[in-house]
Amino acid sequence: MTRTEQALPAGAPGVLSAARAQTATRVRTVTLVLVGLTVALSLATLVWGGHASDLWNQILAVFGAGNGEGAFTITKLRLPRVALSLGVGVAFGVSGALFQSVLRNPLASPDIIGISGGASLAAAFGLLVLGVSGIALSVFAFAGAVVVAAAIYLLAWRDGVSGYRFVLIGVGIAFAVNAGIGYLLTRAEVNDVRSALVWMVGSIGTPPWPDVGVLSVALLVLAPLVAVTVKRLRILQLGDELAGGLGVSAERARLAVLAVAVALAAVATAFAGPVAFVAFVSAPIARRLLPTAGLALVPSALVGTVVVLAAEFTAQYLLGSLEVPVGIITGVIGAPYLLWLLATSNRGGRGA
Amino acid sequence: MTTTHPEPTARPDPHGPAESSPSVSTAPTVPKLPKLEDPRTTPTLTGTVHRTRSTRVLGLAGAVGLLVLTVAVSLALGNRDIPLDVVFAALTDRVDGNTLHNIIWDQRLPRTLVGLLVGAALGVAGTLMQGITRNPLADPGLLGVNAGASLFVVLAITVLGITSPSGYIWFAFAGAAAAAALVYAIGAIGREGATPVKLALAGTALTYGITSIVTLILISSTEATNAFRFWQVGSLASRGAGTWGLSWLLLVLLGVGLGLALLSGRSLNLLAMGDDLARGLGANLTLARGIAAVSIVLLAGTATSLAGPIVFVGLVVPHIIRPLIGGDYRWILGYSLFVGPVLLLAADVVGRLVARPGELEAGLVVAAVGAPVMIAIVRRVKLAGL
Repeated sequence: MTRTEQALPAGAPGVLSAARAQTATRVRTVTLVLVGLTVALSLATLVWGGHASDLWNQILAVFGAGNGEGAFTITKLRLPRVALSLGVGVAFGVSGALFQSVLRNPLASPDIIGISGGASLAAAFGLLVLGVSGIALSVFAFAGAVVVAAAIYLLAWRDGVSGYRFVLIGVGIAFAVNAGIGYLLTRAEVNDVRSALVWMVGSIGTPPWPDVGVLSVALLVLAPLVAVTVKRLRILQLGDELAGGLGVSAERARLAVLAVAVALAAVATAFAGPVAFVAFVSAPIARRLLPTAGLALVPSALVGTVVVLAAEFTAQYLLGSLEVPVGIITGVIGAPYLLWLLATSNRGGRGA
Repeated sequence: MTTTHPEPTARPDPHGPAESSPSVSTAPTVPKLPKLEDPRTTPTLTGTVHRTRSTRVLGLAGAVGLLVLTVAVSLALGNRDIPLDVVFAALTDRVDGNTLHNIIWDQRLPRTLVGLLVGAALGVAGTLMQGITRNPLADPGLLGVNAGASLFVVLAITVLGITSPSGYIWFAFAGAAAAAALVYAIGAIGREGATPVKLALAGTALTYGITSIVTLILISSTEATNAFRFWQVGSLASRGAGTWGLSWLLLVLLGVGLGLALLSGRSLNLLAMGDDLARGLGANLTLARGIAAVSIVLLAGTATSLAGPIVFVGLVVPHIIRPLIGGDYRWILGYSLFVGPVLLLAADVVGRLVARPGELEAGLVVAAVGAPVMIAIVRRVKLAGL
């Protein structure tokens, strides 16, 4: 926007405010469309497969006023699925946006730099060696993600943390973590191995209500922290020196943002597994939809929910009898997107 | 990105006085890749060359000696330790029915042979890759090679019903080659060519996408899961049984790959000076890169098909060699041929000893040792964009 302002003659405020109004309208439209998509996908997930004549009863059931078998399916089986999808989508979307902004690298996200891998290793250990499940498994995954993130941060520290160093050390750790997972997989019962594989690719399925409750509480706790750190992140984006001049310690601000981002990713991973690429693709998609560059946290969160809901919808209803974890859908779509992004950004000469 | 590869003239001559590189002081802030000394500045100082040359020959002899020692240890140690004189007797004068002789011939010798071939292939492929990409983090395993091989192996298991490791070989080879070509093609798009981050991320992206597909196939088949999980951790042992029936074609491909690699030393030296200077000195860059790429595909493909996915050997080998003998790629390639097998066989022996009576696969041992090394490299070297 600053360039536009400079280019304009002094006596053209009308043009400027018109341009601003246009931008604001675009942002509002995009946000509304994303909200609309989220609501539509949620409702579709809830009532899919029912009779059209029963639709009203089903919609009542969503709000707890329905009756009969359909109502049971909706409130006990599908509503928690939708709720968890929403929470996981928001958490991954915001987490990815924070990571990518603070490391100034569109390709830094928890699933690529080994943080999800840490969760997988810990979960595989819990599942295959200790035989835990449910909330205990979630605790393992959460701890694994946090420990690996802390390790990457400490190892990448050399008079501060640079984005590329963080990413490359993360990639190295991801490979080591994979070896650990390989070890566990070869030493376990083959049937347990399959459930570990399903967990590690990311799945939502039919979660119990307590899971949804814990995730919601965690997100409510993290929301104000996100709001606080985002202020410092905005100052950070002016550059380290300017931020220092404004009284914000760049390294401490970065650490705070990374900590919140890791917490979000770890919470989401704890309940749904590392759903591939959601954290990675949400923010870039959101930024491409919007006319201005920037953090775009709310649109990123919304894109995250849309991606997870759409993938879960595809996995549950569109692939017939095949039971597919949601992470496979996102991975199969996300990988070509990442390669395409690499290819196109390279061609412009600004490749990572 | 102009600071990625400092002009050779801006780099202090490692062997000589400063006047042989007069422009040293003009660009003092240019980040230097400490490992890529320009080997072509040495001929001005014949005495240095002589000393370096004899040191290098001596070092090479040392590497060969180390390899012989490692092979002996690999034949002798394991679940059941066999004295070296028995090993020697078994090799020279095999007695039918002698249990120890049978262990040597049926188990230790095949896996040692696989370790030799795979280690040499991975070490040389890693050196080549780091040379043509001027990228100290390049490694065949980091570039999606293993993912490609995995996908083809899983398809071989599920679609064609092949469950013996020797049956996977060609599928692993084809998958590895296809993935390496794809990742390199995507990473090389753009003006600055294949940078560390682009290649690592393209490799990671492909790995993740393929992992999704592989998982999808695996969760629908217990049998495939069972066969695949053992292939997935790189190992010399389970593949050993098929070694005596090893395809000659595979050996030929490996040999061609090694031959092309050893011929590439000179062009890698030119490439290390930067594209412009290399072109100015008359190098055909496209041809040089093409030959090296074919060699990498052959080497990484045969290695993965013989031992399964093994990461980090190719990454680490050149980093061990360069501080010892400097940046002349002709020598580094020669050394890789011996240092690679030493590392892999040592990892295999360690894996046999730490978990007796069971054993840890060589691929796991290598990853456990390789990750810290990769981290140390990232912390130490000023990479492009770091």
